[in-house]
Amino acid sequence: MPDPILKIIGLEKSFGALKATNGVTLDLYPGEIHALIGPNGAGKSTLIKQIVGEIRQDTGTIAFEGQSIDHLDAADRARIGLARTFQVSQVAPELSALKNVMLAVEAREGRVFRFFRPVNRDLGLTDAAMAFLYDAGLGERATVRAGDLSHGERRQLEFAIALAMKPKVFLMDEPMAGLSPDGSKRMTAFLDKLRATAPILLVEHDMEAVFALADRISVLVYGQVIATGTVAEIRANPEVRTAYLGDEAA
Amino acid sequence: MTATLLIEQVLNGLQFGTMLFLMAAGLTLVFGVMGLINLAHGSLYMVGAFAAATAAAATGNFLLALAAALAAAAAAGALVEIVVLRRLYSRDHLDQVLATFALILVFSEGTRWLFGSFPLYLDVPKALSGTVHLGTLSYPLYRLAIIIVGIAVALGLYLLINRTRLGVQIRAGEADREMIAALGIDIARLYTIVFALGAALAGLAGALIGPIQSVQVGMGEPVLIMAFVVVVIGGIGSIKGALVGAILVGITDTLGRFLLPIALASVMDQASATTIGSALASMLIYILMAVILVWRPTGLMGAA
Amino acid sequence: MSRETILNLVVLAALFLVALAASLSGQPYLVTLATKATILGLAGIGLNLALGYGGLVSFGHAAFFGIGGYAAGILASAAQNYEPLMTWPVELPGTTSMPIIWLTAVIAAGLVALPIGALSLRTGGVHFIMITLAFAQMVYYFAISWPAYGGEDGLSIYVRNTLGTLDTMSPWTFFLISYALLLLVLGLVLMATRSRFGLALAMARQNPLRLTSMGVRPFNVRLTAFVLSAMAVGLAGALYADLNRFVSPTMLSWHLSGELIVFVILGGVGRPCGPLIGAALYVLLESELGRLTEYWQLPLGIILLLVVLFARGGVIGLVTGRRSHA
Repeated sequence: MPDPILKIIGLEKSFGALKATNGVTLDLYPGEIHALIGPNGAGKSTLIKQIVGEIRQDTGTIAFEGQSIDHLDAADRARIGLARTFQVSQVAPELSALKNVMLAVEAREGRVFRFFRPVNRDLGLTDAAMAFLYDAGLGERATVRAGDLSHGERRQLEFAIALAMKPKVFLMDEPMAGLSPDGSKRMTAFLDKLRATAPILLVEHDMEAVFALADRISVLVYGQVIATGTVAEIRANPEVRTAYLGDEAA
Repeated sequence: MTATLLIEQVLNGLQFGTMLFLMAAGLTLVFGVMGLINLAHGSLYMVGAFAAATAAAATGNFLLALAAALAAAAAAGALVEIVVLRRLYSRDHLDQVLATFALILVFSEGTRWLFGSFPLYLDVPKALSGTVHLGTLSYPLYRLAIIIVGIAVALGLYLLINRTRLGVQIRAGEADREMIAALGIDIARLYTIVFALGAALAGLAGALIGPIQSVQVGMGEPVLIMAFVVVVIGGIGSIKGALVGAILVGITDTLGRFLLPIALASVMDQASATTIGSALASMLIYILMAVILVWRPTGLMGAA
Repeated sequence: MSRETILNLVVLAALFLVALAASLSGQPYLVTLATKATILGLAGIGLNLALGYGGLVSFGHAAFFGIGGYAAGILASAAQNYEPLMTWPVELPGTTSMPIIWLTAVIAAGLVALPIGALSLRTGGVHFIMITLAFAQMVYYFAISWPAYGGEDGLSIYVRNTLGTLDTMSPWTFFLISYALLLLVLGLVLMATRSRFGLALAMARQNPLRLTSMGVRPFNVRLTAFVLSAMAVGLAGALYADLNRFVSPTMLSWHLSGELIVFVILGGVGRPCGPLIGAALYVLLESELGRLTEYWQLPLGIILLLVVLFARGGVIGLVTGRRSHA
């Protein structure tokens, strides 16, 4: 087996008396989709935020490609190849979909502080951004203001932005949230193809999607990973059934 | 330099600090509860001073003058809140800045129109006109009285916020605006009361300072900006922070003006020491603010 | 062409034509008024880069306006009095050459804006407003208490500074110089807002979290906008000093910071020509109301209140019927 691209060891984070993350150890291997499931309030979003550097862990360490990234801030971590998508789509509502993606392209190229050339005439930039929009299925809506896009389209725009970053790892916070059943199916198919681009750490509530996509599943309850394994192993795990799946089956 | 002089300057700093506290308490309260940045807070200070000067001239009674200042400033505050500001709570800070800037123009020009450009004078009340002797130091009784009033107001505010029904509502409003609605409180009324309370404190400050400085249009603006510094240092929304910040700023500013020229005189000639010292002293509280900002961006008592 | 573009061109043309007509009909006072609107509009356009496009409500831009003004005043008075500007570490003479003065003003404003911006941008929202105000106040008090450059009395520039062989004392010529710089800065600001940087600045205002997750620190983008904005305002300050042939701490006062914000909001936040329209309107109101009453700031204040309460989006918003940013 190859080395994990992302390795999290003994992560802890408290907010006052609340232990949001209580000794989480987790890894992500190249080419896989590792799903992170757990009841609401289990600390899944907090974990994602610590991995991308939006909040700092109290103890524990996060290694990316074999090196600790604990000292890097969120912008640095994005630049070395961690791309996240948000549970609630985060875009610039007054900019067109295309411009949202163009910015991601220039950020990846490291050429943000250019003041003179209008971006509209920068064909290299617009063409690259258009390609990512088409990859995310939003090519026809490139000129629409992001704020005027539908909920599902904004989600697609999130993905176009993430793709434009050409990351080495995707961290996805509930990409299925708020999508129609039809939309979830299309998203599932999209993510299934995406794993060839980069491995995905997938936080998701939609069990159907998780079971269809995940190579491995970790179950997070009260800030602790209570089980990690393949889909079959997790389905069969009695502890998981009582803590989590059991509630849904009942 | 003698110890007596130094103690006198410390007392002056405390007196200045208590004035700043009266201003900053209202500012920080209004921001904490309503989320409003009020540039016109200095105008309410001016209203208080003019009301006091007018009442004192008419009645010759300083207590009546203080009462007039409190009433006029609270009324002006309530009026402004009801007519203008309550429409701005949901707006962004930019709109609030512009509207309250416009209010300054209205207040200043309106006052100039009513009272003319000449400053008014307010006498120190007879009962407080002497000096007190503290060892070798003789200190004006009136300034000491200001310090005592400031301490009393700080205590009163503490009791008001921690021991009364209104205080519970104010704290609820600071923590969570939806909560006050859930508690069945009339938010519009609460906001008007809080604003009038802050205005009354500013008016009190203006009236108290009247006998020390002259009462004139524009007198509130330097104090307002110092009060902003206090609020930034103390942490926005925190009355305790406003108290600590006000004392810190008051003493830093006063002692800086006193000590810097003396300190510099030991390394350069007297004339340039005075010049450079006073220039540096005038920047001192802003430097203090910058240092505290680097250390704690949300202020000494601000929420992280 | 959108209605806004047409409006922008109309305003620019109108300003030019008013000054031209006033000059031809021998009304230098009116030319000077148009020049004042031009220079204040230039300052507003500079502020708009931070305030409108970057969402940074700076209440301290008078500091940069005044620093530009003092750069002009100090250089010119040294030259006019035949005194060196400084003698240590190198001897530097003053100058009356406008381009050198402009460059100095722009660089000085930028250099002061860098630490002020870096400290102020550690915070946001209301903190940012109060802190920028406080820092500007610090510069103001420094100018008042530092006697070398006139203290409270300010500095006089006896004769307007020079630009080649032009007669800069002629109101019309000076208007043209100011107008040309206005067009230049307007063009640069437009270019910057449409550039790669402009995209990042828009994102920093609309969604800083997303900008960070793309790998760009919003702080760097904001600080750049803040400094560029200060530099434009510094240039306007240098021109303003030359217009009045006088600099004083008034140019640094918080009142002026407030007026700059008024220009931006009156015209329309985040609109390229908004601040120019705002400044022109303000100068017009000032001179017209000033003719009616000595207490002209009273009606002005009421008008401003009405604009905030009822005309969101400013004049351009009223004309084009759109509130949002371009």
